[in-house]
Amino acid sequence: MHWQTLDTWIVVAGALSAVSCALLGNFLVLRRASMMGDAISHAVLPGLALAFLITDSRDSIAMFVGAGVVGVLTAVMTQWVHRVGRVDPSASMGVVFTGLFALGLILIVRGADHVDLDPGCVLYGAIELTPLDTVFLGGWDVPRAVVILAVVFVINALFVAVFFKELRISSFDPQLSTTVGINATVMHHALMVLVAITAVASFESVGSILVIAMLIVPAASAQLLTDRLGSMVLVSAAIAVASAVLGHAGAMTVPGWFGFEDTSTAGMIAVAAGVMFAVTWVAAPRQGLVGKLLHRVMVRLRVLQEDILGVLYRLEEYRGGEGAGLSIAKLGEVLALRPAFASVAIRGLVKRGEVTRTGHGYGLTRGGREAAARLVRAHRLWESYLVKFLNLPPDHVHGPAERLEHVTDAAMHEALADRTDRPEHDPQGRAIPPSP
Amino acid sequence: MNKPSAATTTNASAAPVHPRASLAEPAPWPGAPKVATGAEHPEDAPLSIHDMTVAYDRKPVLWDIDYNAPQGKLIGIIGPNGAGKSTLIKAVLGLVPMASGKVSIFGKPYSKQRRLVGYVPQRESVDWDFPVSALDVVAMGLYRRIGWCLPVTRRHRNAAREALDRVGMADYADRQISRLSGGQQQRVFLARALVQDALVYFMDEPFAGVDAATEQAIIALLQELRRGGKTVLVVHHDLQTVETYFDELLLLNMRIVAAGETGEVFTQENLHKTYGGRLTLLDQAAEAMARKGVRR
Repeated sequence: MHWQTLDTWIVVAGALSAVSCALLGNFLVLRRASMMGDAISHAVLPGLALAFLITDSRDSIAMFVGAGVVGVLTAVMTQWVHRVGRVDPSASMGVVFTGLFALGLILIVRGADHVDLDPGCVLYGAIELTPLDTVFLGGWDVPRAVVILAVVFVINALFVAVFFKELRISSFDPQLSTTVGINATVMHHALMVLVAITAVASFESVGSILVIAMLIVPAASAQLLTDRLGSMVLVSAAIAVASAVLGHAGAMTVPGWFGFEDTSTAGMIAVAAGVMFAVTWVAAPRQGLVGKLLHRVMVRLRVLQEDILGVLYRLEEYRGGEGAGLSIAKLGEVLALRPAFASVAIRGLVKRGEVTRTGHGYGLTRGGREAAARLVRAHRLWESYLVKFLNLPPDHVHGPAERLEHVTDAAMHEALADRTDRPEHDPQGRAIPPSP
Repeated sequence: MNKPSAATTTNASAAPVHPRASLAEPAPWPGAPKVATGAEHPEDAPLSIHDMTVAYDRKPVLWDIDYNAPQGKLIGIIGPNGAGKSTLIKAVLGLVPMASGKVSIFGKPYSKQRRLVGYVPQRESVDWDFPVSALDVVAMGLYRRIGWCLPVTRRHRNAAREALDRVGMADYADRQISRLSGGQQQRVFLARALVQDALVYFMDEPFAGVDAATEQAIIALLQELRRGGKTVLVVHHDLQTVETYFDELLLLNMRIVAAGETGEVFTQENLHKTYGGRLTLLDQAAEAMARKGVRR
């Protein structure tokens, strides 16, 4: 990899654009308006074309005004088509943005074909060319795109920082927001104006596809990682910057591994963000796939361990004395599970001091016996309850009680005993262990 | 039908005096508007609705609503599904446009009286996976007072924490809201209304889908608000508890069927008018208007 000043500017442009999008994207994702970013980044085209036709220049200010106007127009028209046409909001969005996009294409082809407003370029951007078009700023040759993107970034960052509270309430509870004087519709439109402006500022360098990706992907990843709005915004920004850096580095190196020339940086930035989302989705601590899976395994293990305690307790009951034990193989047989899983469960029980090695395998300790008595008590109280209140036949209640015993806490124990009049025997006539 | 039990009410509804005759009662807090809520003094009522009609898609859902809420009462708004109960609240708060009519809060339009009004929307109306804590949600009740662009400070958070404490949720302040039970979520909403420190509260089905403990906590809170002289309008579904919970009722089915003291208006006849036999003629007219596209 051969890093040059050029590459630094490309990354800076990519990062500024990505962060600008990600900041706003948080609120699109939280408002369940993710597709609004897609819609607006397409719909701004006629705004750009008209701005050009009216002012006859590619002056940035005119372009931004045109984009901002169309941004609000898209939001208003989507709402209007939805309400008046009585169509689904997403369908109405689809109608509006494709209509506006088509209008924009016609305007460009008909009226502004002689200028360099290339729809292809709008889609993919040309981030590699940004360092070539520079302005002289404070003794530096700074790429024009970087200056524009920096301004947009500052605007977006200020917007999110200054109106943080207003964005939070209007995204979470638009009705309350409006009643306390923070008009949710106005906030929504302000957001749409900034999305439109950000999209336009980013078109030239990174293209609209990356805009759409950056509006959604970093925010969606951040949502999986955080449970506060502030941290979500910061994490999404960090992911956006990381995408830009990794994306450009990836564009320079990855194709080389397969014997190709380097590839589009904008594309690789989107890929990098996508990979980061995938990793987050799999590995996020609480909401990630692995986290959930792990949680499920732990719950199953706990249930299994409780079942083992129950089996050992009933064995002692049956033999009429303490100290009865079962081998792992026997336990596996009784509970219908693989010996390997049973031995993992046993090891946990031994560690907690509820089960210990005896002559014949594993048996209950004092603590284990108490825990087991609680479980068996819950089981048998549930059986009594189900027979009494659901009129189930006594030979039908073992299964449900087997599941219910694992979720019965102290308060439920008490309530169960109260409702079943503190029976001493369960419906099959076995003694219910006394409350500890 | 039984009168509300004395245990749940501490006010005029247990006494033989009609609440609208309570002109002589002292103002419940300094600077309170004089208590006078009969139709003859609509300008002083906590809520006064005059000739309100609301339409969705040109189909009227509320017709000719005239109502003056008495002050310092728990007022139940009851009626069948689609009767316009939530719509009534939303129209009052400017969340849905009125086709005609006038609403005032203590004699002035709502937009000038926001600080006097608290609102508890339906629990299902928000996304509970939103990345905020219970405390964050409660603090939202203070946003109007904090003002635009200013941050939530420690003082506001303390106020929010206090409100959470009042609904028995102090231990859950820092928990993300998706990890609260339905009843706890509803209490968070109530705490948010409490910090609004309003004089008139509008609550949209606060009892929907909550556990018995939360229901008791909510009703205790409503009574506490009433003791403070506040007026609380509650959209309610459970007819069995109506008599014990509310001093006054507003029976609604597209129009007001009856309004007044619970003991007087909670009658079989009114209930039949509200729930049984839909208002077929008005219904038909509304359907026809919608079909033919007639604007009202």
